[in-house]
Amino acid sequence: MSSSSLSVQGLAKRYGDFVALAPTDLVVADGEFLTLLGPSGSGKTTLLSLLAGLVPPDEGSVRIGSQDVTYAPPYERDIGVVFQNYALFPHMTIEENIAFPLKMRKVPAAEAKRRAGEALEMVHLPHIAGRYPRELSGGQQQRVALARCMVYKPSIILMDEPLGALDKKLREHMQLEIKRLHRELGTTVVYVTHDQEEAMTMSNRICLMNAGRIEQLGTPADLYFRPRSLFVADFLGESNILPAALRSRSGDEVEIGLGTLGVSGRALANGNELPPGTEVRVMVRPQNLTVARKGGNTPDELQGRVSEVMVTGSLTKVYMEPLDGKLPPLVAAFPTRNDDDAVRIDDVLTLSWSGRDAVVIADKIADAARAAGTA
Amino acid sequence: MSGQTVTMTHAPDAKRHSPPPAWRKPVLMGAPLVLLLVGFLVFPVGQLLALSVYNGQGFTLAPYAQLFASSLYVTVLWITLKISLATTLVAVVAAYPIAYLISIAKGPAKSRLIFWVLLSFWTSFLVRAFAWVVILGRNGVVNSTLMSLGIIDRPLDLLYGFGAVLAGMVHAMLPLAVMTMLAVMENIDRTLPRAAGTLGARPGTAFWTVYFPLSLPGVAASAIMVFVSAIGFFIVPALLGGRKETMITQLIIDQVQQTLNWGLAGAISVLLLTVVLVVFVLYDRVFGFASLTGESAVVRNRDTAMRRLGGRVLGMLGSASDTAIGLLPRRHPIRGRAEHPLALTGFVWLLLALISLPAFLMIPLSFGKGGLAWPPSGFTLQWYQQLLDSPIWMQALWRSIVVAFGTGLLAMAIGVPAAFLMVRSQMRGKGAMLAFILSPIVVPRMIIAVGMFYVFAQMGLVGTILGLVIGHTVVAVPYVVMTMMAVLRNYDTRLDMAAQSLGARPLAALRHVTFPILGAGMLSSFLFAFATSFDELTISLFSSGGLSATLPKQFWDEVTLQVSPVVAAVSTGLLLFVATLIYVADRLRRRSLAG
Repeated sequence: MSSSSLSVQGLAKRYGDFVALAPTDLVVADGEFLTLLGPSGSGKTTLLSLLAGLVPPDEGSVRIGSQDVTYAPPYERDIGVVFQNYALFPHMTIEENIAFPLKMRKVPAAEAKRRAGEALEMVHLPHIAGRYPRELSGGQQQRVALARCMVYKPSIILMDEPLGALDKKLREHMQLEIKRLHRELGTTVVYVTHDQEEAMTMSNRICLMNAGRIEQLGTPADLYFRPRSLFVADFLGESNILPAALRSRSGDEVEIGLGTLGVSGRALANGNELPPGTEVRVMVRPQNLTVARKGGNTPDELQGRVSEVMVTGSLTKVYMEPLDGKLPPLVAAFPTRNDDDAVRIDDVLTLSWSGRDAVVIADKIADAARAAGTA
Repeated sequence: MSGQTVTMTHAPDAKRHSPPPAWRKPVLMGAPLVLLLVGFLVFPVGQLLALSVYNGQGFTLAPYAQLFASSLYVTVLWITLKISLATTLVAVVAAYPIAYLISIAKGPAKSRLIFWVLLSFWTSFLVRAFAWVVILGRNGVVNSTLMSLGIIDRPLDLLYGFGAVLAGMVHAMLPLAVMTMLAVMENIDRTLPRAAGTLGARPGTAFWTVYFPLSLPGVAASAIMVFVSAIGFFIVPALLGGRKETMITQLIIDQVQQTLNWGLAGAISVLLLTVVLVVFVLYDRVFGFASLTGESAVVRNRDTAMRRLGGRVLGMLGSASDTAIGLLPRRHPIRGRAEHPLALTGFVWLLLALISLPAFLMIPLSFGKGGLAWPPSGFTLQWYQQLLDSPIWMQALWRSIVVAFGTGLLAMAIGVPAAFLMVRSQMRGKGAMLAFILSPIVVPRMIIAVGMFYVFAQMGLVGTILGLVIGHTVVAVPYVVMTMMAVLRNYDTRLDMAAQSLGARPLAALRHVTFPILGAGMLSSFLFAFATSFDELTISLFSSGGLSATLPKQFWDEVTLQVSPVVAAVSTGLLLFVATLIYVADRLRRRSLAG
C-alpha cells in the first residue's frame, strides 16, 4: 500500500434521490497522472470534491498515504486544488495570492515572498507579481493558479477542468506546461476533464465515468483500443460499431460475421469468453479502416457508398452507407493527400481492417436487449 | 482514542473525523434571527392583537363593537386606502422613467442619478415632510412667490388638504419605488430590446412589447412596497393633512397616547393588519414573493384572454410611440439612435430636482433671520448656536448615534449569518424563512411599535438604550439580510473552497478572503441598518419614553408642538450627514471593486 498516495473505498454521495456517485473504489499511485473523464453529471466533479474534502461523503472512505481523511476538512489534507475558474482572490496581488498558502502554514513572510517568486519563475511569469488577477489574461490566470497550488508542494494536486475556459491553441500549450510541471515535481495529479483528447494526451491512466460510476479505468490505449463498453468506445473519439455474430475463436482473436450478406472479418476477443453464435458488437476506429477502389461485387467484402467527404486538415474523413442495409453508416479516416484520385460522393468503396484493430464489445448487449424489451 | 472513534472499525487510523452533524450549522446561523423576531415581533404583535379580544377578565368583543359603532373608523380606513392607492399610483408612474434611465445609464451618469435618488431615500421622512410645510404654508415658498409676482393677492390655503398630503406622500415614497423597481430592471437582459430591433421592431414597439413586460414584476414589487409603507404612515398626514386626511395609524396613536384604550388600539391594528395581509396574499397569487427580492418571477400566466388583450394594448402603445417618435425631427443621422433620449433624461432630472429641492430649501432658511417664512432674509448662525446650546437636542443626537451604532452592530451580528444561511444552504423551507425574515417590513410599523411598547413596558425597557436598539434591530435586520443576500449571490463560493484547500481554516478563510471581498457590501448593509435606526420615529415615539428622546422623536415633538427655526438647522445638518454617508459608502464600494 505504500506506493499508493490516494485510495478510495466504497465512496458514495447522494443528493436526495440523485446518486451523484455510486459506491466507488479507486487507487491512485504515487506520482501518477490520473484523469477523471466523463460527460457532465457523470460524477467526476463530485468525486474530485470528495477527494478535496469540499463536500462530505455519505459512505465509504478516503485515504491519503496512510491517513484516513474521509471527513477531514480540506485544510488538513495536504492537497492542492486548481479550480475551474482558477478562484484567484480578487483583492490580493498575484504575489499575495501565491504566498497565501504559505502564510496559512505560518511560513515567515520573507521566505514566503522568495518561494512565491520561485513559483512564478516556474510558470514563466516573474514580471507580474504586483498585479491583480483581473489584469491578467485567462492563460496567465491559469498559470498563477498552478503556481499557487505548487508553491507549498502538496502531495496531491486536484485539477477541476483547469483549461476549460481557454481557447484551443492556449489549451494545447497549457497541456504541455502542466505535463512538464508534473514531470518536474513528481506530484500525484488527479485531473478532471470532459475533453477526451485532453485526457488521452495527458494521463498515465484515465478513469472514465458515467452516471455516477466508473465505466472503465485504464491507460489511454486501453480505453481507446480495448473499450469494455459501447459507452467507452463512443466517448473516446469517433468509432464504427458494427453488430456481429461470433463464428469461431483462435487464441485471442475471433472470426465474426457481419450483416446479412455474409461478410466476415476478424477482431480481438478482448478477454470476452463467449460461445460461437453470440451476438456482439465490434468496434473499429475510423483510421483503422482501409478503403480501396478495387471493384467487383464480392459478397464477402464490406462495401459502402460514399455519402460525405470531409477534409478536417490533417485527416480526410469519408462517410459511407454500407450496401448491406442492415449495417449502420460507417466512417473511415486517412491522412489527407494532395492527389487527383480523390474520393467523391457516390463512389463505392471496399472496406477492410486488420484483426488487431477491431475489438469485440460484449457487455452492453444484455443491457441493450433489456432496454429494447422495456421500451 | 476519544469517544467519537468508538463506532469506527478502522481502528489503526491515526485520526478519523466523524461527519459533522448536518443540522448544527444552519441552526446556529438562523437561530438568533428567529429568536429576535419571535421575541420582539411575533410576541408583541400577538399581545397587541390579543388585547383586542381580552380585557383582563376574559374574552370580549367590546373593542370591535366600539370600532364599528360609529362610522368614524370605517371612514378613516377608507381615507387611508384612498390616499395609499393614489400615492402608489403616482409614485410608481413617476418612478418608472427614473429607474429605467438609471438601469440603462453607465459610468458616472449612473452614479450621479443613483446619488440623488439615495439622497432623497435617506433624507429623513420628517425633514422631507416638514419641508412641505415650508413650501405650502401661508408664508411658504409657493404663496410668497405667487404674491410677489402679483398673481394672487392673498395667500392660498395649500396646506392641510388632500393635495398636500398626496405631494408629501409621493415625495416620501418615490425613492423607495425607484429602488425596488431598479432591482428588477437591472436584471433585464439589455440585449433583448436590441434583439427585437434586429428582428424588425422599431424602438417604441421594442420597448412596449419586450422591455416593459419584463419590467412588470419590478413595477408590481414597487407598488406593493409603496402601498404597504403608505398605509402604515403617519408623519405626512399628521403634518400636512387636515381632519379629512386622518389616516388609520393616527387613530392608533391617539388610542395609546391619549385615551390609553389598548383594546381599541388592538382592534384597529387587527383591521389594518388584515388589509395588509389581504394585499400581500393577492400579490403572492399574481406575482410571487420572489420578485420582491429582485429575482425574476416565474412566468405563470399562460395564454389567457387577459394576456392576449394585454399583448394587443402593448402592441398598440408600441406603434403609437413609434409614430410619435417618427414625427419628431431627427437629430444627427448617426446619433439619432442614441439610447437615452434627451427628452427622457430631461424629464428624469426634473423629477429628481423636484424630490431633492424641498429638503434643500431648509439650508437657506437655517441661515435666515426671518425664521421659517419664505424668502429667507439676512444671515445668522443663531439657530445653529441655539441647537448646540440646547442640551435636549444634543442629548437626542448623542442617543440617536449610540442607538444607531448599536442597531447596526446587532443587526449585522444577527443578519449576516442568516443571509449566509439563506444563500448558501440547501435547507428546506427557505421560502417560508425568507417570508418570516421580511415580516418586519410587511407588518405596518405602527403595529410593531405599539406592541413593542406594551411588552417593553412590562420588561422595564421603555426609555432605555437597549430597548431602542432591540426595537430598531427588529425593523433593520430584514434590510441587512436582503442586502447581504444580494451581495452573497454575487460572491463566488469557490474562493472559500480555494482558501480552505490552500490550508486556511474556516475562520482564517473568513478573515483573509470572505470578509475582505465582501467588505464593501457588509459596510453598506451596516450603513443601511444605521440609517434605518437613525431615522426611525415610530418605535422611538413610544419606546423612548417621555424624557429620553432620539433625534427624530425630538424633531417630531418640535414640529408638532412649537415650530422653531432650529428645526431648519437640524434638517440642514441631517442632509449634510446623509450626503456624506452616501458619498463615503459609494467611494468605498468603488474602491473595493478597484482593489
